[in-house]
Amino acid sequence: MRFGATFKIAFRALRRNKLRSVLTALGIIIGVGAVIAMVGIGNGAKAQVEAQIASLGENVILIFSGSTTSSGIRTGWGGAGTLKIEDADAIRREVPGIVNVSEEVVSNSQIASGNQNWFTRIYGESAEYLDIRQWALSDGAPFTDQDVRSANKVCVIGATTATQIFGSSDAVGQALRIKNVPFTVTGVLTRKGLSTQGVDQDDVVIMPFTTAMKRVAGGTTLRNINVQVGNAKDLALAQQQIIDLLRQRHNIRAGRDDDFTVRNQQEIADAQTAATDVMTGLLAAIAGVSLIVGGIGIMNIMLVSVTERTREIGTRMAVGAHGRDILTQFLIEAVSLSSIGGLIGIIVGVVGSKTISAVKHWPSLISPSSIIVAFLFSAAVGIFFGFYPARKAAALDPIEALRYE
Amino acid sequence: MTNGVLVHLDDVRKTYHSGEMEVRAVRGVTLEIRQGEFVALMGASGSGKSTLMNVLGCLDRPSAGRYLLDGADVSGLDRDQLADIRNSKIGFVFQGFNLLPRTSARENVELPLLYGHHRLTNAQLREKADAVLASVGLQGREDHHPSQLSGGQQQRVAIARALINQPEVLLADEPTGNLDSRTSVDIMGVFQQLNDNGITIIMVTHEPDIAMYARRNVVMRDGLVQSDRAVTQRFDAKVEAQKLTDAEEPEPAQK
Repeated sequence: MRFGATFKIAFRALRRNKLRSVLTALGIIIGVGAVIAMVGIGNGAKAQVEAQIASLGENVILIFSGSTTSSGIRTGWGGAGTLKIEDADAIRREVPGIVNVSEEVVSNSQIASGNQNWFTRIYGESAEYLDIRQWALSDGAPFTDQDVRSANKVCVIGATTATQIFGSSDAVGQALRIKNVPFTVTGVLTRKGLSTQGVDQDDVVIMPFTTAMKRVAGGTTLRNINVQVGNAKDLALAQQQIIDLLRQRHNIRAGRDDDFTVRNQQEIADAQTAATDVMTGLLAAIAGVSLIVGGIGIMNIMLVSVTERTREIGTRMAVGAHGRDILTQFLIEAVSLSSIGGLIGIIVGVVGSKTISAVKHWPSLISPSSIIVAFLFSAAVGIFFGFYPARKAAALDPIEALRYE
Repeated sequence: MTNGVLVHLDDVRKTYHSGEMEVRAVRGVTLEIRQGEFVALMGASGSGKSTLMNVLGCLDRPSAGRYLLDGADVSGLDRDQLADIRNSKIGFVFQGFNLLPRTSARENVELPLLYGHHRLTNAQLREKADAVLASVGLQGREDHHPSQLSGGQQQRVAIARALINQPEVLLADEPTGNLDSRTSVDIMGVFQQLNDNGITIIMVTHEPDIAMYARRNVVMRDGLVQSDRAVTQRFDAKVEAQKLTDAEEPEPAQK
């Protein structure tokens, strides 16, 4: 029959008990609002971490030198100096699908210019490094392949370093003394901010690795090699080929451990996002509990309502309502409460998460899918918790219901 | 085709089972009610009159026997079919009015239409409900809630609700049970007027003076019809109302 009429009946019944309807829906409003806001904040945190990881460069494979043991003291990765410049050249030459390679040496040093000085990290890299990191210059120009080949005394500096040494004056073309060797600053990098570990990525000097090995770090080995693959689907294959190539070059027999370590950026990203996923899941679960509590609230009110309206149900049956009509009426009442609550809850959740991110400066990201899921879930809560009371109402005997006091 | 016979009960029995006990509430009633009759069904409590009323109202099925309503056998119908019969052929008036609270008189009267087979627009619902309310003298009260109406007015709303689907028969279960004598006479006036217009009325009552407004009295006892006779000195509600007014005369009329 007459579904439209049943809607009319259900809405009339809800309207008769305005305050009760509003309070019952409030449980769902809070539940859905909490889910939307919490998932929004969790997703925002995740997006932020992902953006930071992406700033390391896309499809990057990192190859670290092995550890060495000297008098029982192990140095950690990069300590053994097993990676040579020739290894990087071989990778460039022999592994297909590779677009950029940067040989990396790292050291820390005091730097100075005029009467200012500063302690910072010195990175030796190839000219391709800034492409790998997708790191643009805010001023000046990068050093070139020619600078790398000739081990020229040039460098680019991070935004923090520029501020510390040169203040607000133009750094490009200025001289920078590192270990009493004068370097020319060719460019200043754009700001990248803190890394996921909280390290200021802009507190840095980057120069040709050849220069760094000769003038700053000393030694003839690389700490690590950064390799960028052109296409994400080639990543795993390239990684395996690099391992095979380096084992062959280092004469490592089958069964022996590598004297280097290969990581790709995806593994690092996975570890980081796993943490935020756990946080998002926890937040959503806590918020979900309040949605369930809201659902139980609906069931409770509907049960009270069925008992209280027994005579009404009897009257409806006497004037021709089928059991199915009564069932539908009470289900519609429950689902209306929960889905109207859900709609308002979505608004509350969106406003709430925007407010929290405005006040607390937490990023929040509300996806359309989380809104749709929250709404469907609230409707499902209404059906699930409304069904039992509705069944109870529909099964009433009209004669007994009419006489109910 | 039914020769004017609206209700035909043929050896109707109703037995309840409560645990081991068997309660034979109606033990074989044969009864014919013709179109246009006004029957008062009487009897002490436990006489089976309420059970018979439930059967007549298609709220319950007889355990045995046949019940023909308007020529159609309704004794074997299922729950939903009975609900449809109640909706289209029977109008109910209850002792406790059974109006929906916090709901306007109009919406209460519309209720049976919502469960009917005809889809009506809001305007049609409203028009029909207002017309029936006017016919029971409640013009201008359409938007009142039951709590804003007197007992007599509430019962009139209930009568309007019973009439909205133009039923074959109006079933009233102690319609004056919750009303004072003056209002009771008013309601009997409404019933007599409806009956004069051709509507069949079956009314359960235990008050002999209320039964005197009907045309025929059927008295039940121990699940059987004890007596069935026409009312000879029938009360006319208009006359009775006038008597009540006269009795109050010394007091200045306040109404």
